[in-house]
Amino acid sequence: MSNPKSIDSTVNEMLEHAKTRGLETIWDRADEQKPHCVYGERGLCCRACYMGPCRINPTGKKPQKGVCGATAEVIVARNFAKMIASGTAAHSDHGREVAKTLLLAATNPDSGYAIRDVRKLKRVAQVFGISIQDKPKEKMALEVAERALADFGRQEGEISFIKVAPEKRQAIWRKLGIVPRGIDREVVEMIHRTSMGVDQDHRNIMLHGARTALADGWGGSMVATELQDILFGTPSPIRGQVNLGVLSKTDVNVVVHGHEPVLSEMLALAARDKELLDLARSAGATGITLAGICCTANEVLIRHGLPIAGNVLQQELAVATGAVDAMIVDVQCIMPSLPQLCKNFHTLLITTSPKAKIEGARSMNIQAENAYQGARTIVREAIANYANRGAVDIPRDKMDLVAGFSHEAITYMLGGSFRGSYVPLNDNIINGRIQGVAGVVGCSNPKTTHDKGHVGLVEELIANDILVVQTGCSAIACAKAGFLTPESAVKHAGKGLAEVCRAVGMPPVLHSGSCVDNSRILIALSEMVKVGGLGQDISDLPVAGAAPEWMSEKAIAIGQYFVASGVFTVFGIGLPVTGSELFCRHIFEEYKDLFGGHWAAQPDQTKIAGLIIDHIHAKREKLGIGKGKERVLFDMEMRRQLEV
Amino acid sequence: MSRIIATRAIRGAHKLVARAERELAAAIAEKGPDTRVEFPNTGYYLPISHGILGLRIETLGGLLDLLAEAKELLPPVPSENLWLPYLGNTLDAGMATLFADEIIEAVKYTRTPLPYLPETHPKEGHLWLGAANDVIMRERGIEFVDNTAPGFAACVGYCPTNEIAVRIARELQEKNLYVFMSAATEGKSMARQLAEEGIEMGWETRLVPFGDDVTATIHALGFSTRVALSFGGAQPGDYQRVLRYNKNRVFAFVLALGPVDDEKHAQAAGAINYGFPTIADTDIDNILPTGICTYEHVVSPVPHDRIVSKAIEVRGLKITVTRVPIPVPFGPAFQGERIRKEDMYVELAGTEKHGFEYLTGKGMEEVEDGKIEVVGPEIDEVAEGSQLPLAFWVEVAGRQMQADFEPILERRLHDFMNMAHGVFHMGQRDINWVRVSKEAKDKGLRFRHFGSIIHAKIHGEFGKIVDKVQVKIYTREKEIMDLIETARKAYRRRDERLAGLTDEAVETFYSCTLCQSFAPNHVCVITPERSGLCGAYNWLDGKAAHQINPTGPNQPILKAQVVDAARGQWQGINEFVFNASHKTLQLFSAYSIIDNPMTSCGCFECISCVLPSTNGIMTVYRNFPGMTPSGMKFSTLAGTVGGGLQTPGFIGHSKRYVASGKFISAEGGAKRVVWMNRDLKEELAPELRKIGRGEGIENFWEMIADETVAVTEEEVLAYITKMNHPALSMPPLF
Repeated sequence: MSNPKSIDSTVNEMLEHAKTRGLETIWDRADEQKPHCVYGERGLCCRACYMGPCRINPTGKKPQKGVCGATAEVIVARNFAKMIASGTAAHSDHGREVAKTLLLAATNPDSGYAIRDVRKLKRVAQVFGISIQDKPKEKMALEVAERALADFGRQEGEISFIKVAPEKRQAIWRKLGIVPRGIDREVVEMIHRTSMGVDQDHRNIMLHGARTALADGWGGSMVATELQDILFGTPSPIRGQVNLGVLSKTDVNVVVHGHEPVLSEMLALAARDKELLDLARSAGATGITLAGICCTANEVLIRHGLPIAGNVLQQELAVATGAVDAMIVDVQCIMPSLPQLCKNFHTLLITTSPKAKIEGARSMNIQAENAYQGARTIVREAIANYANRGAVDIPRDKMDLVAGFSHEAITYMLGGSFRGSYVPLNDNIINGRIQGVAGVVGCSNPKTTHDKGHVGLVEELIANDILVVQTGCSAIACAKAGFLTPESAVKHAGKGLAEVCRAVGMPPVLHSGSCVDNSRILIALSEMVKVGGLGQDISDLPVAGAAPEWMSEKAIAIGQYFVASGVFTVFGIGLPVTGSELFCRHIFEEYKDLFGGHWAAQPDQTKIAGLIIDHIHAKREKLGIGKGKERVLFDMEMRRQLEV
Repeated sequence: MSRIIATRAIRGAHKLVARAERELAAAIAEKGPDTRVEFPNTGYYLPISHGILGLRIETLGGLLDLLAEAKELLPPVPSENLWLPYLGNTLDAGMATLFADEIIEAVKYTRTPLPYLPETHPKEGHLWLGAANDVIMRERGIEFVDNTAPGFAACVGYCPTNEIAVRIARELQEKNLYVFMSAATEGKSMARQLAEEGIEMGWETRLVPFGDDVTATIHALGFSTRVALSFGGAQPGDYQRVLRYNKNRVFAFVLALGPVDDEKHAQAAGAINYGFPTIADTDIDNILPTGICTYEHVVSPVPHDRIVSKAIEVRGLKITVTRVPIPVPFGPAFQGERIRKEDMYVELAGTEKHGFEYLTGKGMEEVEDGKIEVVGPEIDEVAEGSQLPLAFWVEVAGRQMQADFEPILERRLHDFMNMAHGVFHMGQRDINWVRVSKEAKDKGLRFRHFGSIIHAKIHGEFGKIVDKVQVKIYTREKEIMDLIETARKAYRRRDERLAGLTDEAVETFYSCTLCQSFAPNHVCVITPERSGLCGAYNWLDGKAAHQINPTGPNQPILKAQVVDAARGQWQGINEFVFNASHKTLQLFSAYSIIDNPMTSCGCFECISCVLPSTNGIMTVYRNFPGMTPSGMKFSTLAGTVGGGLQTPGFIGHSKRYVASGKFISAEGGAKRVVWMNRDLKEELAPELRKIGRGEGIENFWEMIADETVAVTEEEVLAYITKMNHPALSMPPLF
């Protein structure tokens, strides 16, 4: 192929296969969309009312205002802020479902859900200011769930997880008046403000954009992550496999795709159920393979080591193998093209959320209350469907990986049960073995060569001794490239980072989970500040974030909450903001003073790496650790100054 | 690759936990689960399980809990490919190893005869000492605090030759470090190598042979854990504080000598939990990134001639040693050595010959720095076994020098002389006594080197107040008798000056936070009439120390307004104590045992505590190992008093404080003492009799009970009632 769509040969191989079979994929449709609308790409198209739609001429010629008089910066700001609101709503609605599930687990012993991590429950209770003295875990869980749910509807005050952030960061937010009050409230206000004729000041719009995004990162997403850990267990390092090769020729293949683990956890249980396994064997299969796509895959990987079939752009390709007996989808990143594609195969497509139905797919209403029974029904149907399988074409490639690096797992990994802490991380950043930490996250996007942005960027960063933390489809891309194996430290990491990886036994790229699990990175950054030696605030840390192949509104919400938390964040592909110079100046420049973190857009992954490396080096200089730290020998006087 | 270290350490942990399980089961089967286990004369329960887990293990059966904890911690061995992170697991395996060690060693202590000597040093045919008792720990504790011992080296295995073993031991001693030896490899150990070379070992010389079993390494880490509990104010079970305290206060490291097997790897992993790195002479790979330890975790291979300096660098230790130009090794580690008559070349002063030591301040132009004269015969001019008189006449000059500092500098001559290997020194003033060994004489030590020692050490330690030092050494009767009266006149003048120093006569007291290196919240307030509780620092010492190091641990504190004259409370003191104790102590009384008494670090010479039914107090010296009428041995009592905690009814103090007019004067003073251990009572007899006479009680000394007449509070009450002790008629204590 002259111009491969992906750097993953498995993808290219499957695309060839699809082409010969006359199957349409996302890449075909992407080609048909070219060229993209220049107004839309630059954020200059306004559909806030029906006096328009209006557009601003990006060349400087007329029109320069919408019908109502809205300028480029107002239109760009409103569009960008609406994306933040959508992304925040998506993560937070996911969080709400988890909180409701915890409430169910706490009150209904027959729900099938359990309170699996009591230690984490206690920690979250403490953050929430809930007394844990002499309380049974169900009572604690009930109070935590109620408190989390209250955070969605609160009208005044502050959401609970804000307190996890460094003091100095909280003070910045309070001074700007952007500590989220209630998660839903900020989203509603954002939508209000960006409707016709309300907030017409791009800076003011984006200030609330920050508040809304914080309600995602430190609100909805964090509720989702932390409460999922309580319910399903806090992830710890675990082995897994990735890529389409994980699909089995001889097993019944059930693929879960979407985001919420509430059902997939039950599917994981059902797939191990002896009765169902026997049923599968009696149907002529050797067993049941439960594999994942997208973030649901990440959720079941980090807790159960279940295999990942691919990232978001591979959902159609999984079906195209002909080996998927059932594909179960819930919410977010599900392509409406799936039912049409499934028609070419025996694959049974089931939507499970009443919030997300697709014409042509079977809809089952599965709620937390009936999830286990629902899961068993699904597996039964998949088994029954196994007999209908036609020819299969499963690519051979699959890659080993180690994932599951939650904040707690990192703490343990760096010192065990007795000395676990982030001290070794900070120490090795201070002494320069590790130059800094970068979060590389986000989606896949057919506008660019699939996986190239993620893999190219991460390769460059770890070679420059920057430890990489990943979530979402970005993590899946790097997993397929082999970066999530501990052996990759020797092959790809710089000398200093490799040395630390060897001492700890970790890969140079740490997979922390799904896209709501970006909240784990916020907690990790706060812990780095708390441990000390790297400044007083997240914005002092030698860290950065990137989403090199982003596409979803959720990514914009994530980018904005990282920036508002003090992290320099670079987006690949491009941002729909270039239509307004004033707006660009605001989020690319003025944010530096406002938040200590700012946005950048750069389509080339090598240049993204350069930006991140320069930024990290500049932060190191500012901290006085530009050249690493010299060995200090302690005499008695100095020892007395050391904290015990 | 450090996966190799992880694999070996985790494997070693599995082996040791399995061994602990076997040996414990056998011991329980043989002796029963209720058989008592303890490390004798230690105030705490088995130190690792008590300090790290908060367990209070007293029986063989109780060890099963510890075994369960060890098993729970045991991680899987890392896989060859696609391994999961192993650092945390390795450290957990290390901790499991320490638990297993403690089980195995505790079981050993149930055997008769005991596998270890109760003494502080080896005896003919018995090398191993096992766990340090509390007397040792408190005596040695102060050295870890005041920098005479900056840390310890836990040496496991053996050296290629005895000569190398001796060289490493001497180098560690000269760096003032304690050397803890354990873990023989195929029957060969460093301690045995030193024994073969006739090197004097024991706590006195800082060369401590713990045991030849690999599990005896636990006595080094047990010592560290007890230090954290006794001095560091760490609560049992607060493992984070115990371990962080060790990382930042106890500068220890492991020297792995010779082949390092799985079990020794496991010990090293245990030590890393404490922040103690391992330096090996063989190639066992490296763990260089920092974090659990201050710097590297494992460094190897290091050649023997560089291993000590490398270890010190890796641990992040700064040791400043005054170089003394003499032909024998020199350092505090040699202070404890004895010179037996048959090893002695010459004896000076003592009971047979006259002698004295005198130091005086002079004008700058009167002293020629570095001038050393020997008046009388040199050592090589007298026959072996000779006895000679000896006088040191030391003249110092300096712009900061004051007459008050003369006795302080003079008293240190004892320490300085003893630091030379092959020189033994006792006494002071005109009761001095010195022996020089044959070995030292053969190595070229001469009397003039005494001058070199004094010159170098005074410059080294008092450089801030002294600019010039000259020394005359007299070894001839005539000149000594000519000068001795001048010295004696000076001694009398100083005694009178000291007697005239009262708390009321001065405006400032001195703080001593030297021990904050060990007890972070403890503050000593040293007044003219209450010396530091360790007995090592009086008010004048505090004053001099402040001159020497104006920003150091001894600060002048203005008393300011009197809050309560009887209890000894002043506004200025209270404010200082509040801040210096990191806001943990609101106030304290200098003269009361009941009402906000002064806190202790853990280095106290004595503990006094109330015996409620007697209306009096008891006082016990730290060398007394027996039971006291309080129902607690010294070691247990110490646990309630140390660590900077204020405990009404209990104080730690110096021996001499008992004789002070301000000794618990708020409660009526030394008249309250109803029990004292016999040795202390004998030692303080003149002072106690004087106090009695002052109160008009002729036989006060006899009225005080001791262990020969009373070991319970009831017996004390019966005895003092019979003797009509004054405490019975004093106002109630509470």
